[in-house]
Amino acid sequence: MEHVVIIGNGISGVTVARHIRKNSNKKITIVSAETDYFFSRTALMYIYMGHMKFEHTQPYENSFWKKNNIELKKGFVKSIETASKTLQFAEGDSLQYDKLVIATGSKPNKFGWPGQDLEGAQGLYSKQDLDSIERNAPDNKICKRAVIVGGGLIGIELAEMLNSRSIPVTFLVRENSFWNGVLPEGESAMINRHIKNHHIDLRLGFNLKEIKSDENGKVKSIVITETGEEIDCNVVGLTAGVSPNIDFLKSSTIEINRGVLVNRHLETNIPDVYAIGDCAEQRDSGIGERRPIEAVWYTGRMMGETLAQTICGNRIEYKPGHWFNSAKFLDIEYQTYGWVYAKPRENEAHFHWKHEDDTKCITVCYDTTNNTFLGINTFGIRMRHEIFDRWLTEKRDVDYVMKNLPQANFDPEFYKHFEKDILAAYTNQLQTA
Amino acid sequence: MSNKIDHSMSLATPDALNITTKQKIALATGLVGLFILLLAVFNVDFPNRAVFLAISLGLVIGGTVVYSREAYLTKLEGIKNDGAWFKSISSRGVLGWALGVFLTTFYIVLYFFPKYLGLGVDGAANTGLVALFDPLSNLLSGNNASQWFVYGTLYTVAILAFGYKFMLKYRHNRYQQLRTASVMFFQTAFAFVIPELMARLNSDDFSLPYNDLKNMWPLNYYAFDQWRVDQFINAQTVGLFFLILGVVMIFVISPFLTYKYGKRWYCSWVCGCGGLAETAGDAFRHLSDKGTKAWKLERWMINSVLVFSVVTTVAVISTYLGYDSEKYWFTKSVFLISIGVFLTVLLAGILYYKREELNKSAFKGAIGFYILTIAFLVFFSFFDLSQIKINASYFSFGLNQNSYNFDSALRSFYGFGIGSIFSGVIGTGFYPILGNRTWCRMGCPMATIMGIQQRLFSRFRITTNGGQCISCGNCSNSCEMGIDVRAYAQKGENIVRSSCVGCGVCSAVCPRGVLKLENDSMDGRINPTEVLLGNDVDLMDLLNKN
Repeated sequence: MEHVVIIGNGISGVTVARHIRKNSNKKITIVSAETDYFFSRTALMYIYMGHMKFEHTQPYENSFWKKNNIELKKGFVKSIETASKTLQFAEGDSLQYDKLVIATGSKPNKFGWPGQDLEGAQGLYSKQDLDSIERNAPDNKICKRAVIVGGGLIGIELAEMLNSRSIPVTFLVRENSFWNGVLPEGESAMINRHIKNHHIDLRLGFNLKEIKSDENGKVKSIVITETGEEIDCNVVGLTAGVSPNIDFLKSSTIEINRGVLVNRHLETNIPDVYAIGDCAEQRDSGIGERRPIEAVWYTGRMMGETLAQTICGNRIEYKPGHWFNSAKFLDIEYQTYGWVYAKPRENEAHFHWKHEDDTKCITVCYDTTNNTFLGINTFGIRMRHEIFDRWLTEKRDVDYVMKNLPQANFDPEFYKHFEKDILAAYTNQLQTA
Repeated sequence: MSNKIDHSMSLATPDALNITTKQKIALATGLVGLFILLLAVFNVDFPNRAVFLAISLGLVIGGTVVYSREAYLTKLEGIKNDGAWFKSISSRGVLGWALGVFLTTFYIVLYFFPKYLGLGVDGAANTGLVALFDPLSNLLSGNNASQWFVYGTLYTVAILAFGYKFMLKYRHNRYQQLRTASVMFFQTAFAFVIPELMARLNSDDFSLPYNDLKNMWPLNYYAFDQWRVDQFINAQTVGLFFLILGVVMIFVISPFLTYKYGKRWYCSWVCGCGGLAETAGDAFRHLSDKGTKAWKLERWMINSVLVFSVVTTVAVISTYLGYDSEKYWFTKSVFLISIGVFLTVLLAGILYYKREELNKSAFKGAIGFYILTIAFLVFFSFFDLSQIKINASYFSFGLNQNSYNFDSALRSFYGFGIGSIFSGVIGTGFYPILGNRTWCRMGCPMATIMGIQQRLFSRFRITTNGGQCISCGNCSNSCEMGIDVRAYAQKGENIVRSSCVGCGVCSAVCPRGVLKLENDSMDGRINPTEVLLGNDVDLMDLLNKN
């Protein structure tokens, strides 16, 4: 019986395991050094905030794995010998595989800041990161202030977490507006205001120079590059993005760049070795407009769904459908379907609508040469994935999309609808343009 | 929710785990209100009962209102679950257990020892707590209070005060606000004020039983007891109207509304048990057990209670039809045969038309419970239950030495076991331990009937938004019915479960906008997929076709 070993028990590794089990009776082992069982990484914040306990973030009951004959091994893979198809563990033991899936995810970026490895300086990615923040910032007496460095999705989640325990937060963002490398100006500005309304000290356009240590090797303060200002704090959140967690592969024959290099079939340069999820890097170029490395929950899952087919003998290419994503910025939900860039590219235009209460807005991107709808960002209004997926496939024009927007509404029943206002604003803009 | 910058507030928001001074004062105010009631229990004789009752209830409501305003209106609109698993009261801590013991004790006294609450026995005047409520009862119905009037008043006060709190908590969510307003209205008007006022119509030659119009059989297990049916029949047109309305509700109105909107029209918009659970019980919703073992137990338990309730009701009705049939339209045998035919046709219809949707265990369960019910019907038709005596001492540890007719024994046992212990003592008393919907999930026979229909024949479902689920678990965590909502959402599958009461909190707490309660066509309502939306179209076609 063929033995498939999967390194990493995140969404990618677990999805590929589940789908292999659905389609075959191969022996499956999932290896993880992080936790005994799969948990939802995206829910770590809710444990710290007291909405859930750790066990609630585990999508499957502990008996699920045995029932589905999926073996779980706790251990840290130190190296891979591809010639003998053997994994060497830091604990000293080893494991043979027939097929190997690398799904080790990401690690927080650290850009060589002085003091970045002090106790109290950390990212927010793993269960260990959660344990560490619980240790260093249990309340606002032990952690009098926290500084977060890096204005992305994890940064704002960390800010929300600390805020829930009344720990004052200073949020250093390198850009001059929150996440404006991704979000168009109007949206980004709205989120800036929302962050400030939560009494988070948002500092736009500032960089971290260094983290200073106290006599016990713990974080004492940080210094801002631009102003030289020193801010006393007990925790520093390093949330300036993530990169593939593949240091253990450096000595192996598996080809890596920033991530593990794979072809469109998610195969590495070594036969029977595959890589999926955050740690995989498309060898030639990103697929379509996608980046070569996609550190997104959904893409990890899709790669898992696809690779299971290949491993079970139905070799198929990884061809993700239309881009979609979602996030939540404190109280404002965000969804995106198709492509909306921060600034319209050539032959593109944006239509932006914002509600007067400053918590809801949408941006629609379309092609100015033929009016084709290209994508939408929506804040504070839920929309249907299925409808936009269909409209993108059908290459609907933007007028059609704007007129049929009510079809896409996914807000709970009895919510106020804004499609009329949006359409009026859209029509009005066309007339004045 | 508004982003307009508010400069007046300090940078440090109040500590989420500690309450503010204002909240402490509000809490103290409410406790003083409760303390007045406690003094009454211990027979402190207040000089002006009306004034002291008003002060007591006023303090309880006022305290809750001020507390809630301070808790929610000082913050931006949004999900307010911070610290739910840290607070002692809502995470089975010392306060949670203490509250559970207090509530349980209260229910035991209320059901079985009302004299300790001051109920006047054998025509004696009320004393203590019950007497404190006499003025209000006289104002409404013209009669002195009973322990049930005290309970009804406190129940209504709890729904109103905590309903207000819930509406503030979800002030960004109109679905939550409207359904809370709805349960507050139905409790106050239908369960409390109207029946009390209707009691004023009663005279020597005209009397209606206490009638909460929305409280249907089988939730209302005494709906067809002989004394009640007799009272309705004797009350001429009005009485007949209510009696017939009761039957029409069961066979026409409820199935119609459940078809259109799911059982939520009742369970989380109208029902009193649901009303208390959704308001006073909201803080405990995450305590329900989501495991598959609990689900298994639930299916056995709730269906057994339904069978028990059907059998009991049939036993009671067929007995009085047996010796008194000229008074009613049916004879005993016509009644038993029609029930048997109805159940047979219903089951045969389900097994035939819905055979694809029933899995093996549902199939087996349905047949098993059907045979059990029919066996009882046959038994009832051959024996005169009023001639079979049961000695209660076997079931009451010798406490009750009387012997009962079979039908009334069954009826009392149901009333005691299900009506009092399950729905009251366990159902509500254990809120802080088992969560706020234990009764609705494990015991309510009304919920079972509507649940079967919701699963098989309703337009209601919770739609999953394509592939947007991130498996975070907020939905499952906040499901008071213990449904593992995430298990469906992460597969891109709609949630169609018989137990779902449609409270909508899973949808509210979802951080990615994945869940929406909807009524739509029945086609494609249940949509298991292997590969989620967003992946390769060819792969989806290949794997999702079956």
